[in-house]
Amino acid sequence: MSTATITLPAAHSNTLTRNLRIFLTEARYEFTRLLRTSGFSLSVIGFPVVFYLFFGLIMPRGEHIGSVTVSKYMLAGYAVFGMVGAALFGIGGGVASELSTGWLELKSASPMPPLAYLLAKCCTAMAFGVIIVSLLSVLGITIAHVSITFPEFARMIALTLVGTVPFACMGMVIALLVPFNAAPGTINMIYLPMSFCGGLWIPIMMLPHILQKFALLLPTYHLSQLMLGAFGYASAGSTSSHWLGLLGFTLIMLGIASIAFRRLEQNS
Amino acid sequence: MSAVLERTEAPASAITSESTEAVASLTHITKRYANGVLALDNLSLTLQGGEIVSLLGPNGAGKSTAVKLMMGLSSPTSGSVRIFGADPRHTITRLRTGVMLQAGKAPEMLRVCEYVNIFRGYYPQPMPYADIVRAASLEGIESRFFGQISGGQKQRVLFALALAGDPDLLFLDEPTVGLDIEARRGMWAQIRSLATRGKTVLLTTHYLEEADALADRIVVINKGCVVCEGTPAEVKSLGSALSGASTSRSLKIIRCSTSLPATTLLAIPGVTTADRSGILTTLTSTEPERTLRELLALDQTLHSLEVQSPALEDAFLALTANP
Repeated sequence: MSTATITLPAAHSNTLTRNLRIFLTEARYEFTRLLRTSGFSLSVIGFPVVFYLFFGLIMPRGEHIGSVTVSKYMLAGYAVFGMVGAALFGIGGGVASELSTGWLELKSASPMPPLAYLLAKCCTAMAFGVIIVSLLSVLGITIAHVSITFPEFARMIALTLVGTVPFACMGMVIALLVPFNAAPGTINMIYLPMSFCGGLWIPIMMLPHILQKFALLLPTYHLSQLMLGAFGYASAGSTSSHWLGLLGFTLIMLGIASIAFRRLEQNS
Repeated sequence: MSAVLERTEAPASAITSESTEAVASLTHITKRYANGVLALDNLSLTLQGGEIVSLLGPNGAGKSTAVKLMMGLSSPTSGSVRIFGADPRHTITRLRTGVMLQAGKAPEMLRVCEYVNIFRGYYPQPMPYADIVRAASLEGIESRFFGQISGGQKQRVLFALALAGDPDLLFLDEPTVGLDIEARRGMWAQIRSLATRGKTVLLTTHYLEEADALADRIVVINKGCVVCEGTPAEVKSLGSALSGASTSRSLKIIRCSTSLPATTLLAIPGVTTADRSGILTTLTSTEPERTLRELLALDQTLHSLEVQSPALEDAFLALTANP
C-alpha cells in the first residue's frame, strides 16, 4: 500500500514529462514541415502581406477612420485575415490530408497521446499567426509610419494566440466532414466570404447594412473588433459581446467536431 | 488467511498464464460497419508468443479489419479483443506493439531520419537509431524527404516506424507491397530475425509465397470467417483436397497444348480435372506418370508440356473459391 502511494505520483509525473516531451517534438516538426511546404507557407504568409500592402498601405495614405489611421485600422483586419488563414489551412488542410493518407490512423495506433497531436497543430497555427502579425506590423511601421506602442503590439500577439483557437476548431470540423480533395476548395469558400463579410478587407461600416447585421454572426468580425479595441478604436459592440461571440462560435465548432469524430469512429 | 492468499494469488497466475500463452486474441469477433457490411463473422484468432502468423485471404476478406481491431483502431460489434491480456487502446499496450498499415503515407516534407526519431520518441525504450536504419535498409536515404523517395523506400520507412519502439508484437499489413525482389527478401530476413528474438508477428499478405516462406502458421480467412488454419504444409494439403483432387501426395498439375477434347482427357487414368484456356490445357492428376504415358500416346502433336506440384496458391484459391 505504501509503495503504491509513493510510486503513483512519480508515475504520474513521468507520464506528464513524457507527454510534454512528445508534444514539443510534434510541435517542432509540425512547424518545420509547414514552413518547408512552400505551397502552404508562401500563400498563408504572402496573401495577407500583399493584400495589406495594396489595400492598407499604398491606397489610403494618411486618411483616418475614427481616431485611427486607415493603415492602422486595416492592420487589425489583415492581421486577423492572416491568422485565420494559417489556422484554417494549417489545421483543416493538414488534418484532412493526414486522414486521407492513413497517417493519422498510423499515429493513433502508436502510443502518441492524441492531445499532443492536436495541441502541436494548434500551436503551429499560432506560431504562423504570430509571424504574419509581426510581419504586417513591421510593414505598417516602416512603410506607412503606423504608430504602434509596445503594449498595443503585445495585445495584438495575445489576441493572435487566443484568436487562433476558434478557427483551429473550425479547421477540425472541415477536416472531419469534408473529403481531402475538396478541403482546400471548401476552406476558401468559407474563408474568403467570411473575411470580406467580417470587415477584414474593407472597413465594416462601408459594407451594405444587411451585411453589417450578418457580420454579428461571424467570428472574424468579433476578432477584428477585439483587435481594433487593442488599438483604442471604439467598436460598435462591447468587448464582452465580442468575447461571447467568439466563445459561442468555438463551442459550436467543438460540438460539431466531436459529433463528426464520433461518427468517424463508428464507421471505422 | 488462506482464503485471502488464494484470492490474491489467483489473478496473478491468470495474468502470467495469459502472457506466456496468448500474446493477442480475437474471441468470437463480429464486426459490422455502419454501412451494413459484415467484415468479420464470429472470428476467433490467437497469436502465441514468438510465432509468425500469416493472415491470408482475398480482397475484402477482413484481414485489415482484423488488424485494426487488434490495434484498437476500431471496436468490434461483438466479441472481445485482448492484447497482452489488456485492452488494445491502452497506452501501456501500444507501447509494446508496432504496426505497419496498408496504404499508410507520411506527410512529404519531413526527412526519413526525422520520422524515425519522432516515432522513437513515443517509446521509453526505443530501438537504437542505427539498428532501425540497418533493419529497414534506410542507409543512404535518411536525409531525404519522404515525398522524394520511391514507393518501395516509403514502404521501408513505414517498416522502420513499426520497429521504432522495439515492440514485442508487430502487425504488418501487406508489408512488402511495391518492394522489388531484393528488398522483399531483405524484409523477410528482418521479420524472421524478429521472431528469433522472441517477437510475435502477424502478417497479412497477398503474396502466397511470402506466407509460405515466413509463417509458422497460416490462417486463411474469407468473408470474415476462418476457412482453415495450420502450418503452410497443412494448408497446402487441405487446399488440394478441396480442389476436387485426392489428398494423395503424388498430385501434379500438368499443362500442355493438346488437341484432345475434354471428354477424352477426363477419361485418362488419374485425371481429376481438365480446363482449357486459350491453347493451353491444365490437368490435375493423382497418377501423373500413368496420365503422361497415356496422354503422349493419344496425342502425337502434344507440345509445351509442363508438370508442376500444386503450390500454396492453388490451395489458397481452392479454399477461398466461392461455391
